[in-house]
Amino acid sequence: MIRFFCSFLFIVIVKACFGQKDDTTINTPKKLNYSTELIVPELDIPWGMTFLPDGSMLITEIKGKLIHFKDGIKTEIKQVPEVYARGQGGLMDVELHPDYKNNGWIYFTYSSSDGDEKGGNTALMRAKIKDDALIEKQILYKGAPNTTKPYHFGSRIVFDNDGYVYFGIGDRGDHFVNPQDITKDGGKIYRLKDDGTIPADNPFVNEIGAKTAIYSYGHRNPQGMTKHPVTGQIWENEHGPQGGDEINIIQKGKNYGWPVICYGINYDNTILTEKTEMPGMEQPFYYYVPSIAPSGMAFIHSDKYPDWKGSLLIGSLKFQYLERLDIKDNKVTYREKIMPDSGRVRNVKISNDGYIYVAIEGKGIYKILPSI
Amino acid sequence: MNQIKRLAVLFIFFTGFSFIQDEELSKSMAKGKDVYNDFCMVCHKPNGEGTEKIFPPLAKSDFLKKYRDESIRSVKYGQKGKIKVNGIEYNGNMPLPGLSEEEIVDVMNYILNSWGNKSDKIVTIREVKSLIK
Repeated sequence: MIRFFCSFLFIVIVKACFGQKDDTTINTPKKLNYSTELIVPELDIPWGMTFLPDGSMLITEIKGKLIHFKDGIKTEIKQVPEVYARGQGGLMDVELHPDYKNNGWIYFTYSSSDGDEKGGNTALMRAKIKDDALIEKQILYKGAPNTTKPYHFGSRIVFDNDGYVYFGIGDRGDHFVNPQDITKDGGKIYRLKDDGTIPADNPFVNEIGAKTAIYSYGHRNPQGMTKHPVTGQIWENEHGPQGGDEINIIQKGKNYGWPVICYGINYDNTILTEKTEMPGMEQPFYYYVPSIAPSGMAFIHSDKYPDWKGSLLIGSLKFQYLERLDIKDNKVTYREKIMPDSGRVRNVKISNDGYIYVAIEGKGIYKILPSI
Repeated sequence: MNQIKRLAVLFIFFTGFSFIQDEELSKSMAKGKDVYNDFCMVCHKPNGEGTEKIFPPLAKSDFLKKYRDESIRSVKYGQKGKIKVNGIEYNGNMPLPGLSEEEIVDVMNYILNSWGNKSDKIVTIREVKSLIK
């Protein structure tokens, strides 16, 4: 009886902690010193965006479109790889090589059905653009095996200061199999050289059977990633289940715990795991309860927004705002909504000239203007 | 006597028919539940309750009842723009789920007959095929 009561009490407590629907830890400022301007109108689901040296943009739409936006005109780039368009799959992130000016390489992640099995998995490709079409396409990595599970493909692409390319693949709907197993794809952050070869000092190069492109593991579904402008570290955010979205700083060979430890519960309110920490597993830098469904992320490193310098920006798909996080002494000290009720924020990036660009589903890409 | 026989035959025929249809529906719903859990549950929630003003409810939804074709179309092609469900306005963007026609049939049969919803007519491949953008 006591046991029954204890477990009942436990469930009540857990429900009280996780079942809450409102986010009580975020602030909604009454007045903000900014305005927004719609720059790229009429986009469906703009997943990736990046800025070319001439100030024009490359934008991906999940359904498989790559758009070059220049002087107010959208040009669709041809010869884009065919995407496995099921559920959350599609054309995802786009990023330039750090030396794009000289070599012209552009990197993409997308869901691909290449391979023998039915279904799809996430691939990393690089290519160049000539006459509004992709040429010299090279598949640098392809997650395997394919699966018809429609969710958790990831994905973002980031280059670090040494020129390595990082990208993530979500657990591909098989969380008890993939994320904790380094011989399997899915639930990982990968690190490659720019040509797709494996760096000799990748953490698992000497492990028999390991996927040697893996840099860290135990991830659920990473859909935000950025380089810290000062430390050069790779920061990542990922979707938790119900509660338990995380911000992590990615470190070589580390295990981020999914699904063994987690601050969230299953969608049907059942317990996924009772553990939130374990030796050998990293604690998140920050975690969200309730989930915000985090998308793109970026640090404000320019002087365009004096009050916000050094802040982290993260989009919320679920609550439809962009949030700004103050970070002091390695801790999140304050969160506030920017652009509340603006729609499903899919991505945020800083342009070459230091402005914040925000991509919103069904609307387009906005620029945030300081209006002081 | 003949009349009674005829009636009996008709009775057996119809109850048999509805039994076959019930079984067809429950099979389709079982498959539809898996599709629902994979594609729809994250936003529309395990019991179809949705999230007010963000993700419209499917449980006891007047929209599903009134606009059956539109509902199936949104699963087939995605949905964008303003809709009103149970008196509350939603202005979302549901991405194209990318389901096969058979999966659309199953998930619609599941949604239309769960959480207090009840549909008189089973969704068929033919119906899904006939609905174009």
